[in-house]
Amino acid sequence: MSAPAVHRRSESAGTSREPRYLSLRLGRLSRRIALSHLVTAAILGVVGVVILFTALSLGDTILPLDRVLGAFMPEASRLDHKVVVEWRAPRALAALVFGACLGVSGALFQSLTSNALGSPDIIGLNTGAYSGVLLVITFGGTGYLAYAAGAVAGGLVTAAIIYLLAYSRGLQGFRLIIVGIAVSAMLSSANTWFIVKADLDLALRAAVWGAGTLNGLRWEPLLWAGGVALVVALLLPWLNRRVGGLELGDDTATMLGVRVESSKLALVVIGVIMTALVTAVTGPISFIALAAPQIAQRIRPNGGSLDLLGSALMGMILLAGADLVAQHLIPAASVPVGAVTVCIGGLYLVWLLIREGRRA
Amino acid sequence: MIESPSERLVGDRLKVGYKDTSLVLDDVTVSVPEGSFTVILGPNACGKSTILRTLGRLLKPRAGVVTLDGQDIARMKTRELAKSLALLPQSPSVPEGISVQNLVARGRFPHQSLMSQWSPEDEGAITEAMRVTAVDHLAHRPVDTLSGGQRQRVWISLVLAQETGLLLLDEPTTYLDVTHQVEILKLLERLRASGRTVVAVLHELNQAARFATDMVTMKDGKVVAVGTPEEIITEENMRAIYGLESRVIEDPDTGKPVVLPR
Repeated sequence: MSAPAVHRRSESAGTSREPRYLSLRLGRLSRRIALSHLVTAAILGVVGVVILFTALSLGDTILPLDRVLGAFMPEASRLDHKVVVEWRAPRALAALVFGACLGVSGALFQSLTSNALGSPDIIGLNTGAYSGVLLVITFGGTGYLAYAAGAVAGGLVTAAIIYLLAYSRGLQGFRLIIVGIAVSAMLSSANTWFIVKADLDLALRAAVWGAGTLNGLRWEPLLWAGGVALVVALLLPWLNRRVGGLELGDDTATMLGVRVESSKLALVVIGVIMTALVTAVTGPISFIALAAPQIAQRIRPNGGSLDLLGSALMGMILLAGADLVAQHLIPAASVPVGAVTVCIGGLYLVWLLIREGRRA
Repeated sequence: MIESPSERLVGDRLKVGYKDTSLVLDDVTVSVPEGSFTVILGPNACGKSTILRTLGRLLKPRAGVVTLDGQDIARMKTRELAKSLALLPQSPSVPEGISVQNLVARGRFPHQSLMSQWSPEDEGAITEAMRVTAVDHLAHRPVDTLSGGQRQRVWISLVLAQETGLLLLDEPTTYLDVTHQVEILKLLERLRASGRTVVAVLHELNQAARFATDMVTMKDGKVVAVGTPEEIITEENMRAIYGLESRVIEDPDTGKPVVLPR
């Protein structure tokens, strides 16, 4: 038996190291976790915390870390409390939470379409959510909850339209992307038309909101959006298991006992909610959902498919990082974070299109 | 209804068609005996993949029923069925960069739950499936870097990890070179010998004759003949099914029929 052993070593040499796993078994609970995934997740988490504290400390007055921490204590000065807890903290936390939502949403849709281009911002769900909010604004709705309802409804209706147009003997990823891009283009021209035609006051509100910004964000909308996101996130482990089957194709998934159409529907609804929650508060922020899952996948040592946790953490870092740049790069002006993500993401999209073009 | 205790999977008077086109299968009845290696043969577009997919509940018949151990599979819970019957489709998709072991592990889906996703049974089934198909030394390689033959063994490993008594395979040897074709068929033969029931759609007549215990031949959406390779592989049948003039001789080593086209 020595010959096969030699053969084995040579065959696996160089291509990938043997990953180490932690087997977790506790009563009925059992899981296997790759050690490298844990390490990656921990590193991303630390980076997120560093960005959080940087965001809390930077601003018109730069506060050292001890004053940032002290601001959360009851004996903190009123000014510190106001600056850190009321002004900076909700924005910094929102960047993290919303980034995570966008990352998860992107991972779900890319998995559904099995295509790196199949993210909610490319297939028009963002635009649809924006249209939903514009309708709400037209009918005089204000406030986060009205916007959120409009965004979720707009996103779901758009998803339904894309789904119906793209459906033919089951759902095919590439068809869905092409139809999505077309629907997105139509909706965004409708959105532009609205802003041009609506009366100045409404148009201004819509345009400001449409830039995609975290400027002036306060606790209330963050808590609403974060709370809903948390509840929805509880469904992710359930969904994740099914996605593992769906990724092998509809036939294989059915054969494994996955209920394909209902799992896809759940995936779409959860993905839309995740992206619409963010859109409702900030306006459309592009490219986080597109890029985060892909980067998360590439920095993992052992590759492999959908990684919701990694995508969430990466989305967190990307959006929070982009918001730091948006706030502080040009000292006099505060750029909307949506503009920063479009700039970074545009470059990424060009690279992605070239790569996909070469593959096909 | 033809049914005896030894028949595990039966398709009874099946009518199957896609959308509003005419029927691909018209009143087809087939049965798969327990412990057999049943091969479905026939010219292109005769409906052999369709019958396999119908037996594996990937297609819903317009009329007729498929029964597994006497139970209508349309009424079984999809997950319960997935514990008894596995089907390997012709071209399953491979997620980019997934390792062999992670792919094989997905075959455990019907046995797992939200709580339990890496039980000792899961681990044992995956290890055993990779050993039987001789892909254990590739466990941590990305599937997309493997050769066609290795990849096919990995997929078979996935359906084995599912631990079903019945295995349905749709053209498992297509696109492989002849060495790997034989290797896959020998693997299926070993699986049959170890107690599983195997059903496969195959193209190559002589390979089918060598490994099958039972044959179902089809033409134009109908079953033409059913029987052992010796009964099926005859000069008359080759003419009737394929329109092929041939001589059929006996393999000097195995005693199985061999078709020599003329």
